[in-house]
Amino acid sequence: MVDRNSQRVALMASSEGGMDIEEVAARTPEKIHKLFINPDTGLGIAEADGMARRIGITERSVVQARVLMQNLYKAFDGSDASLAEINPLVLTRDNRVIALDAKFDFDANALFRQPEIAAMRDTDEEDPVEVEASKFDLSYIALDGDIGCLVNGAGLAMATMDVIKLYGGAPANFLDVGGGATPEKVTEAFKLMLRNPKLKAVLVNIFGGIMKCDVIAHGVVAAARETGLKVPLIVRMKGTNEDLGRTILAQSGLSIINTDDMAEAAQRAIGAASNWERQR
Amino acid sequence: MSILINKHTRVITQGITGKTGQFHTQACLEYGNGRHCFVAGVNPLKGGQSMAGVPIFGTVKEAKAETGATVSVIYVPPPFAAAAIDEAVDAELDLVICITEGIPVRDMIRTRHRMQGRKTVLLGPNCPGLITPGEIKIGIMPGHIHQRGRIGVVSRSGTLTYEAASQLASFGIGQSTVVGIGGDPVGGLRHIDVLKMFNDDPRTDAVIMVGEIGGDAEEQCARWVRDHMTKPVIGFIAGASAPPGKRMGHAGAIVSGGRGTAQEKLAVMKECGIHVTRNPADMGKLLASLVIPDYLPFD
Repeated sequence: MVDRNSQRVALMASSEGGMDIEEVAARTPEKIHKLFINPDTGLGIAEADGMARRIGITERSVVQARVLMQNLYKAFDGSDASLAEINPLVLTRDNRVIALDAKFDFDANALFRQPEIAAMRDTDEEDPVEVEASKFDLSYIALDGDIGCLVNGAGLAMATMDVIKLYGGAPANFLDVGGGATPEKVTEAFKLMLRNPKLKAVLVNIFGGIMKCDVIAHGVVAAARETGLKVPLIVRMKGTNEDLGRTILAQSGLSIINTDDMAEAAQRAIGAASNWERQR
Repeated sequence: MSILINKHTRVITQGITGKTGQFHTQACLEYGNGRHCFVAGVNPLKGGQSMAGVPIFGTVKEAKAETGATVSVIYVPPPFAAAAIDEAVDAELDLVICITEGIPVRDMIRTRHRMQGRKTVLLGPNCPGLITPGEIKIGIMPGHIHQRGRIGVVSRSGTLTYEAASQLASFGIGQSTVVGIGGDPVGGLRHIDVLKMFNDDPRTDAVIMVGEIGGDAEEQCARWVRDHMTKPVIGFIAGASAPPGKRMGHAGAIVSGGRGTAQEKLAVMKECGIHVTRNPADMGKLLASLVIPDYLPFD
């Protein structure tokens, strides 16, 4: 796995196979052994042998375990994995070292150069809205709540969900439209959110930097019209051309709650969602 | 003047001819002393040409030799961005700022390993850059929402720095330097490195530190603050409501194996004397409450 502190790939091994590694880390941390791999030289013989012995591989099987670990690292490196886990590793009665089960996670940033790995993606196993979102370069994660969020910027998007929860509401999704939030992307984003039957309000929180607020405002109005949005729409818009953006929303003829402050926007979204519930 | 960059800094732009590079170079040229700061661009195939009056060279070494630039900003696409950082390091620049999002982690591990013992400092990748308001901006942030002042801001999220700057503006409080360290798991300057610089900067009185879920950089920074920081620090951590195991936009914003939660970070930060808030709308207010008695609005 990748270790952020050493900025290296770490090989982590334990004699407590078959158990949840986090539990082992919590209860008996001394049973977890870690070594950090030099990216130029890879996992060396002495390092791997030492690790094998530390986790209890008997002497006659150490070389097998070494080769297995070195190969695991090569597989990790060669496939741009973010995690390659063998759990459990088994030492048989006739001294063979066998991987009984394995799990891999892959670096999404590297899929462009891993066509075989990318081809293994099974979208049936994923949330269909999340799959659809990725086609439009939107970052979308489904959650349990009823207030849809549309934000530009991952940090602000997380903070928007946080502030909704802080005031007692429940976000329906994380959605980052990214730096280039064109009207088309905004419309796609609305369509995605509206596929959620639990949705009772939509909160748009946009900090317009490069993306101007008037452009976003046009996008929001077009999207609301095109999707026939019925649930309450709360918009908080700041940054470049914010006054113009607000004017466009006010004059759209759509029922849009407009506010300057992120906390107020969250509170009004929560209020609107519960009113919506009562009306139905 | 503050940390890392000022109106005298000379900057090379790698990837200047791409759409993103062009757009942002133009904006940076028009901000503060930009016209005098952005002195060169690099494109291996377009040496000898120019973009918006900025001469283009074939290599970073050449650009540095011809202009004396010490800093580079990179807008090169993900498959080639790590190599662009390597080139800047080999040219012995002081600082390289990598804006690019989406660089494979394996490439960054190798690039960081290669950088060991070399003089170049890296900011990013997957970061908005940094700005010393009124003087120079290097990156993609909207310049006009910032104002000159004495508060340092350091953050993994670009949009939350804009939020913080904008909230401070409503109190008439400006920023010394705003630094976006980026959202990737493996990269350059961390919170702790930037806090050290703010601590040593005579023009910074207090700091806003914005973090997010994933890793333990904020906790490490907090322990240093407890032991060494001589100025007030306020903090916010994004992602308290994020589900575990999911990558929240940023490659590094993920709670894995139960570690790296916002709650953990906030608890450690609070223990270490950082003034924390769980409400992202209150960053400005919290900072103002700490500095305003000393701050005269007409200062």
